[in-house]
Amino acid sequence: MNIIEVKNLVKKFGDFTAVDGISFNVAKEKIFAFLGPNGAGKTTSIRILTTMLKRNGGEVLVDGQDPAKDAAGVRRSCGIVFQDPSLDDELTAWENMEIHGALFGVPKKLRRERIEQLLKYVELWDRKGDFVKNFSGGMKRRLEIARGILHHPKVLFLDEPTLGLDPQTRNHIWGYIKNLNETEGITVFFTTHYMDEAERMASRITIIDHGKIIISGSVQELKDKAGAASLEDAFLALTGKIIREEGADSADRMRQASKMWRRH
Amino acid sequence: MAKTLKKHMQAIYILWLRQLKRYFRSKSRIIGSLGQPLLFLVALGFGFGPIYQKAGGGSYIEFLAPGIIAMSVIFTAIFSGIEIIWDRKFGFLKETLVAPVSRLSIMLGRTLGGATVATLQGCIVFVLSMIVGFRPVGWGLSLAALAFIFVTALLFTALGTAIASLLEDMQGFQLIMNFLVMPLFFLSGALFPLQGLPGPIRIVTYFDPLSYSVDGLQGALIGHSQFSLGFDLMVLTVITVLLLSLGAYLFSRIEA
Repeated sequence: MNIIEVKNLVKKFGDFTAVDGISFNVAKEKIFAFLGPNGAGKTTSIRILTTMLKRNGGEVLVDGQDPAKDAAGVRRSCGIVFQDPSLDDELTAWENMEIHGALFGVPKKLRRERIEQLLKYVELWDRKGDFVKNFSGGMKRRLEIARGILHHPKVLFLDEPTLGLDPQTRNHIWGYIKNLNETEGITVFFTTHYMDEAERMASRITIIDHGKIIISGSVQELKDKAGAASLEDAFLALTGKIIREEGADSADRMRQASKMWRRH
Repeated sequence: MAKTLKKHMQAIYILWLRQLKRYFRSKSRIIGSLGQPLLFLVALGFGFGPIYQKAGGGSYIEFLAPGIIAMSVIFTAIFSGIEIIWDRKFGFLKETLVAPVSRLSIMLGRTLGGATVATLQGCIVFVLSMIVGFRPVGWGLSLAALAFIFVTALLFTALGTAIASLLEDMQGFQLIMNFLVMPLFFLSGALFPLQGLPGPIRIVTYFDPLSYSVDGLQGALIGHSQFSLGFDLMVLTVITVLLLSLGAYLFSRIEA
């Protein structure tokens, strides 16, 4: 059973083809890694799957629904942890959860129960009344994961969930994710640049580069095909060693500016 | 149907509440935004008072107070609308845009929240003006003034939302302040009576929505206005509906 089915997906920004006819499936209740260098088309694909962007061609089904036709249905089926922070810093951890639950239509009583349960699960319950601006990067990530599953999604999308975190925190976060997958049966779809994470966690991996799928398979299959000892070597063999430059957009500039202000 | 409506109401409510919480928590923002109207009231009120009186205009503070209330409302409202740009840059907007509720509900929740904040700000400045020496003509009409404050707040929050939906970052902000907000304020009759202005400028003031807010507030608070209160309120309501529709349309086109 596949919970995500993608066929010949195309996305263009003007003349630039960001996603160029990709096809892949994600099996239900599995952990799936979507890998590729910067600018390969990973985030664009996630944005299409989660109704944030409209595609230019191809077919997409998420939990049996087409994101282009039934956006609300797909949104209820998906939990998303974005690549960039998306919490309201001026609110408390509990309030961030509360807003999410209300926006996703979780009834009040059930919402309060789940918030308590989830905040305890990610070990933030005693910090529930603290403003998010006082949280560390790892705490924010844990809160975002708890928030992402508050409405009981079928698929959890994680776009580079461990970027910039220390090994202890990364280990911790993967512990939660793996546990959610095993006990709740939530399908996990994640991207990462840490190949060891993909190697340890994913039951299936797809590598994308320049908007095209290079290869799909289990970790072992990928290593065998590339004739490499580790996934990192296989990845480099398959995608080449040239460094990809990503242009800084206005969002990046703004974030840098905000960091500068906070320091003073 | 009833269930869907309830979900939308819940989304509108929670986003309205968020705006209020953010407002009450930033004490520095509240105090900072009260400094300017107070300065205008004191400096201009007492500074131009004698000249105004000599020219036969009566008490200048009395004339000025409704305009300064309108000023604090328009500034707070536009800022609240423009906050969308910050939310977009710091990510929270995305979180609301992927929720299974309509963009219209999200836009309405935010806009009503911003308008409530601007209304509160207007009421605080009203109280401030009374400390400086302003006395409204009657308390019954002060309720009408509240209606004018709210509709003005809603109108300009919707305008702020519409503008913010078009802007990528805060770089355009100075442009909006200098070429939109300040002209709207100066040409509204908040600081001086519009009757004596030369023809072309006089015509421009008819196209300034804030003119009708100031006129309505002056009518309700000091008892003389150029148009009837009903006419002012009608003009403001029509513009508010138009700007809310425009804001909702532009907001719906934002890509997450």
